[in-house]
Amino acid sequence: MLSLLIIIPLVAGALCLCVKAEGARWIALIGTLIDFALSIYAWAQFNPNGPQWQFVEKVPLGGGVNWALGIDGIALVLIVLTAFLMPICIGASWRSIQKRVPEYMAYFLLMEALIMGSFSAQDLFLFYIFFEGGLIPMYLIIGIWGGAERIKASYKFFLYTFFGSVLMLIAMIYMVGTAHTSSIPALMAYDFSKTAQQWLFLAFLASFAVKLPMWPVHTWLPDAHVQAPTAGSVILAGVLLKLGGYGFIRFSLPMFPDGSLEFFPLMFVLSGVAAIYTSLVALVQTDMKKLIAYSSVAHMAFVTFGLFAMNRQGIDGAMLVMLGHGLVSGALFLCVGVVYDRLHTREIARYGGLSDNMPGYSLLFMIFTMASIGLPGTSNFPGEFLSMVGMFRASSWAAIAACFSTILAAAYMLYLYWRICFGSQRHSDAAAMPDLSIREWWLLGPIIAAVFWMGIYPTSFTRPFHNDVDRLLQRLERVTPAGDSKLTLGKGAMHMDTGAMH
Amino acid sequence: MIPRFTAALLPELILSVGGTILMMIAAFRGRRGSGLTSWLAVALLLAATIALIGAPSHSGPLFDGLISADLFASFGKAVMFPAAAVAIIAAHGWFERDSEHSSEYAVLIVFAAVGMSVMVSATSLVALYVGLELNSLASYVLASYRRTDERSAEAGLKYFVLGALASGILLYGISLLYGFTGTMSFNGIAAAFARGTPSLGLLFGLVFVLAGLAFKASAVPFHMWTPDVYEGAPTPVTAFFATAPKAAAVLLATRLCLEGLAPATDAWRQIVIFASLASIFLGAIGAFGQTNIKRLLAYSSINNVGFALVGLAAGGARGGSAVLFYMAVYVVMNLGAFLCVLWMRDSEGRPIESIASLSGLAQTRPLFAAAFAIFMFSLAGVPPLFGFWPKLLVFQAAVAAGYSLFAVAAIIGTVVGAYYYLKIVKTMYMDEPAAPYARVREPVQGALILVTALIVSPLGYLLVGQLGSLTDRAAGSLF
Repeated sequence: MLSLLIIIPLVAGALCLCVKAEGARWIALIGTLIDFALSIYAWAQFNPNGPQWQFVEKVPLGGGVNWALGIDGIALVLIVLTAFLMPICIGASWRSIQKRVPEYMAYFLLMEALIMGSFSAQDLFLFYIFFEGGLIPMYLIIGIWGGAERIKASYKFFLYTFFGSVLMLIAMIYMVGTAHTSSIPALMAYDFSKTAQQWLFLAFLASFAVKLPMWPVHTWLPDAHVQAPTAGSVILAGVLLKLGGYGFIRFSLPMFPDGSLEFFPLMFVLSGVAAIYTSLVALVQTDMKKLIAYSSVAHMAFVTFGLFAMNRQGIDGAMLVMLGHGLVSGALFLCVGVVYDRLHTREIARYGGLSDNMPGYSLLFMIFTMASIGLPGTSNFPGEFLSMVGMFRASSWAAIAACFSTILAAAYMLYLYWRICFGSQRHSDAAAMPDLSIREWWLLGPIIAAVFWMGIYPTSFTRPFHNDVDRLLQRLERVTPAGDSKLTLGKGAMHMDTGAMH
Repeated sequence: MIPRFTAALLPELILSVGGTILMMIAAFRGRRGSGLTSWLAVALLLAATIALIGAPSHSGPLFDGLISADLFASFGKAVMFPAAAVAIIAAHGWFERDSEHSSEYAVLIVFAAVGMSVMVSATSLVALYVGLELNSLASYVLASYRRTDERSAEAGLKYFVLGALASGILLYGISLLYGFTGTMSFNGIAAAFARGTPSLGLLFGLVFVLAGLAFKASAVPFHMWTPDVYEGAPTPVTAFFATAPKAAAVLLATRLCLEGLAPATDAWRQIVIFASLASIFLGAIGAFGQTNIKRLLAYSSINNVGFALVGLAAGGARGGSAVLFYMAVYVVMNLGAFLCVLWMRDSEGRPIESIASLSGLAQTRPLFAAAFAIFMFSLAGVPPLFGFWPKLLVFQAAVAAGYSLFAVAAIIGTVVGAYYYLKIVKTMYMDEPAAPYARVREPVQGALILVTALIVSPLGYLLVGQLGSLTDRAAGSLF
């Protein structure tokens, strides 16, 4: 099952290389749709009350290499998110990518396979191979199909992430040498010594902080986003960043609970700075993609805040923020792509008054803007709300910083929306742009549906990983920070928070 | 007695006797015999590889401990002989262009192979020196093989002068070791080192011997000859230098350190750690500004030796096994990369070495570019390519031996090194196409590129079990 999820895109990618542009587009679309159908099937088959690891496959290849796959609910929802966004990415590249199409599609499918592998790997080194392997196709996608500064951006992307990850590799080697197993489930139950945990935590932090990204190692992200083609940005923001959050929740927290306790103040400070500082930076951007890229960093701070609050609300919230942000930031990059395809500039000042000539676009863009701000009823609200509740229980100062961040988010997103869709039509070429095409409706429509579904009934997304978070909390029980907030949620309130999850 | 050593030495005997006969053929048939001698030499090397199968080839010490036919040596030979054969095949169609291909090329490679096989089986300083010199003398001639070409002649001369100096240093070290221990055999030296604190003379001897070997392995600070010789020598010769003799030198150093100098581990370990880190970083940084692909690969080979030495510094059976694994994969990757370099021909079929000429190769020759990119990412050690696994093994050995900080420093070197490998990929995939290369019609070389590319692709992980147990057993035979 999981092997199929990985192999189908690989086969489709190989097929793409054998045909011409139009054929490659269709093969890629069909391949990703099959993978999406398969992931939905996995979601349907997944038993939330069953064993932690499901769809387990294990083939030892000898010499310490294991083809060991298996997922819990946390990985499941991220796999579904990936499979959902992939056909949309292919669709977004349908017309805007005209050169070397078969190659492009092949790299996208290769990346899908590697991301699926990262989420489902149950062996430490297998995870690393998939995790790092994802750099190669993304490097090529940015470098070949990117904008003017693509070469620099591609190097920066590759070397930054590679550097973070090699430190993690050393930590992995140490862990396998100490625990004598490379199985992730076994390591999640293994207790390393307290000193070792601190070093291991820092080494893993080096990798995941770059990937997520956290301030101050986020600087590769705006470059990569701005230069990448639209679909590349979608997948980068929608899925690749989630690998960082997934790393924290899969490795850092359960494997190094003491290390997490030791460094949670650091994580809170970094997240707090990211939440405020990158929001302020986003406020003054003149480039649409850069603005959304900085907003991604700010949103990802909610993930680290929520996770390192180490309580039910925080972790549930972090997961929901990841899913919601995956949808919304992907959709926002698609919205940028829509106008970029027409006018070939990302400069905000070149647009204005689009609500007149592109009413459909303005409507969808507004919905995503509101979702990004975290309006109740949209996908980002439950996640941001829960992670704020979670962090408030750990540190009220963190919650205050996060609150300011949401206010700033409203400021920069509304400001962006106002500059693009409202006001007078200053530029005749922008005023002459046609509204969304059928293809673009098809790309954005499913995301709209998902955004409202997650906003109105988040339980269907939290149900698969409810028990996994329970297990994680048991593991963290002895280290959960006491918190400074005097407000302890009463029984009724507790019931309400967690009740929303059932 | 006689049957035992003939059986144990069968590979060397095949190569020596066969090589002598080939020399006769070459002498009598002259230039006309070049095709024949080449294929015969390849057949000899393959026969010698097949002769390694079976118990006799690793039956134990021979000639009163002069050399030892053990699994370690057999493993090294099983890597080097095919690599030497590939170097002969790689030359096919290369020298004829200038009507320069006399048959001696293949003969010299065969003799160099004999030298290497003595090197990896040497358990005494005499055999060590003889093997090394046999290999070196053949190499000096090979480097200057295109004697009418200034760069090739310069490469040969430079290699010879510096090589002679290194040999002198090595010999001096050997004489010191002999003088202070009274024995040439590794076991005897180990016993002498085990007897309390080693004297200053012994330590000097150790340092000089390691310096001589570092030259051969082109480890920093004895690497200076590498870029010039690699650039000047004809490309098939460079392909040979970068693979088999290098593996032989690293394996020789491994055996010497783990067997003969085992009690002095603390003494040589710091040297090896220094050489390792210096090679990794100098190899990575030196490659930055290069515009010639052969020079770049020379720095890459310096860089890679550094990683192999990480395994050696870790020591023990685990470190030795990691070194063997590393060198085996390294040889395959480098052979593939150099075969690709051999295929770089301008529109008139002349060889071309500038990195800029690779621009846009992905659009003009997608399969060629894909293979080259696979070798580059693999040399950089980026997963999911197979080049990642040997790096993982050496780091594992270092961490297991308690040298985590050393491993961290070395692994940061991979990031620095990744930059210039990425540069090649960038040139091929992201730049506008330059003038397309002429097609090379060499089906055998094409098949070799395909096979090496498949081995270093993620499919290589299927080999880990087999190769791993082989290297474990081979390294175990040292202890």
